[in-house]
Amino acid sequence: MFDIVYFSSTSENTKRFVEKLGIKSTRIPLFAKEVEDFEVEKPSILVLPTYGGGEDKRAVPKQVIKFLNNPANRAKIAGVVALGNTNFGETYCIAGDIVSEKLNVPLLYRVEILGTPDDVIEVKERIQKLWNARQN
Amino acid sequence: MNTKLAITRPVNWNKIEDAIDLDVWNRLTSNFWLPEKVPLSNDIQSWETLKPNEQLLTMRVFTGLTLLDTIQGTVGAAALLPDAITPHEEAVITNIAFMESVHAKSYSSVFSTLCSTDEIEQAFRWSEENPYLQKKAEIVLGYYRGDDPLKRKVASTLLESFLFYSGFYLPMYWSSRAKLTNTADLIRLIIRDEAIHGYYIGYKFQQTYNQESQARKDEIKQYAYDLLLELYENEIKYTADLYDELGLTSDVKKFLHYNANKALMNLGFEALFPKDDCEVSAAILSALSPNADENHDFFSGSGSSYVMGKHESTTDDDWDF
Repeated sequence: MFDIVYFSSTSENTKRFVEKLGIKSTRIPLFAKEVEDFEVEKPSILVLPTYGGGEDKRAVPKQVIKFLNNPANRAKIAGVVALGNTNFGETYCIAGDIVSEKLNVPLLYRVEILGTPDDVIEVKERIQKLWNARQN
Repeated sequence: MNTKLAITRPVNWNKIEDAIDLDVWNRLTSNFWLPEKVPLSNDIQSWETLKPNEQLLTMRVFTGLTLLDTIQGTVGAAALLPDAITPHEEAVITNIAFMESVHAKSYSSVFSTLCSTDEIEQAFRWSEENPYLQKKAEIVLGYYRGDDPLKRKVASTLLESFLFYSGFYLPMYWSSRAKLTNTADLIRLIIRDEAIHGYYIGYKFQQTYNQESQARKDEIKQYAYDLLLELYENEIKYTADLYDELGLTSDVKKFLHYNANKALMNLGFEALFPKDDCEVSAAILSALSPNADENHDFFSGSGSSYVMGKHESTTDDDWDF
C-alpha cells in the first residue's frame, strides 16, 4: 500500500485530515532548510493544502515545491489529494491541479477545510483503487 | 471590554513569531481591491429585467450584508485587537477591519449604480427595523462586548464564515441565471476575503484553545455549538422572511448548513449538519466555485474523467516557480 506524505502549516488542518485516513504518513518539515534532507522511501500519495487567495503561483506551499525539487521525491508520488475552500472560486484546491499536472499523476480528490467523514471514506477508497490498479 | 494597552512594542516584521501572520498579511494585501474596479454599471440593463419584488429582495439582502460588514469593521475588529498574541497579528486585524469597511462601502456602490435615492433609503430603513436582522446583530454584538477572548473569536468566526451566507446566496443565484454578473464578481471578491478572515481568526482561536484545560475546552466547544444553533434558528426565520416569496428558502437553507459546517471547521470543530442537508444546488455551487463539483472518480470512466497518461520525467526547471 502507498504511504502518505503531506505538508501542513501550523494551522494543522491537513495534518488532522491525514490522521483520519489511518495510512502510514510522514510530514514534510515546516522549515524549508530541513526539507533539503527530507526524502520519501516508498511510493506515496501527496496530500497538500492550497494557499488560497494570493497569486496562483503562490498556491503551492514553498516547502512542497522544495520537496518536489528533489527528483527522487518526485518519482515516488503516485497521486495527489488537495485541500482548499470553495470560497476561492476558480482557484479552489488549485495547488492539487498544479502539482498533478506537473507530475502527470491523478488528482484523486478535493477536500474542503478539514474534510467530513464522507471525504475520509472516499479518499481511502480512491487511494486503495489506485494501488490495486498499479498491482495489475 | 478589555482596555489593556497593546502597544508596548514596535512591530518588527524582520522578526516573525508566527509564520501564519506574515503569510496571511501577504495574501490579504495581494488581494486588495476596491469596488470602483468592478464595472457595476454593466448590470444596469440586467437590473431592469428583475421584477419589482426581486429588486426589493436584492436591496434588502444587500443592506443586511452592509450591516454585518459595518459591525465587523468597527466593533468586531476592535474587540479582537486587545487579545492579539503577536504585534503582527494586530497589524493583520487592522487590515481585516479596513477590508470589512471596503465591503460595507461596496454595497453602496451597487445601490448608487442601480437604484434611486428613495429606494436606497427605504431599504436601509428596512434593515434597521427587520427583527431577525436586528437580532442577528444583537447576538453578535453581545458576545463582542463580553469579557471572554475565546468566545469573542468564536462569535467573530461564525459571523465571517456563517452569517453572511443567507445574503451571499442571492447574488450567486442571479449569477447562475446570467443576471447581475458584475455585482456577482464583486461579491466573489468579498467571499474570497471572508475565507481568509475566517481561517485566520479560527486559527488564532485554536492557538489559545489548544492550551486550555479539558474542562475549559469542553465549555468553549459547547458554547460554540450553542451559539451556532442560536444564530441558526434566527437565520432560518430571516431566510424565510426574505426568500419565501421566490420559493428559494429550502435551497438557501442547504447553503446555510454547508457554510455552518465550514465555520465550525475553521474553528477546528467537526461539521454538524449531515451531507444530505448540505447539498446545495449545482448551479449555486458552480456560480461560487466552477470546479467544486469536479470530484468525479477517474476510475469510473464516465464524464470528463482522468486519462492515465504515459510517464514523462519532469526536469528541475519545471519546479522553478
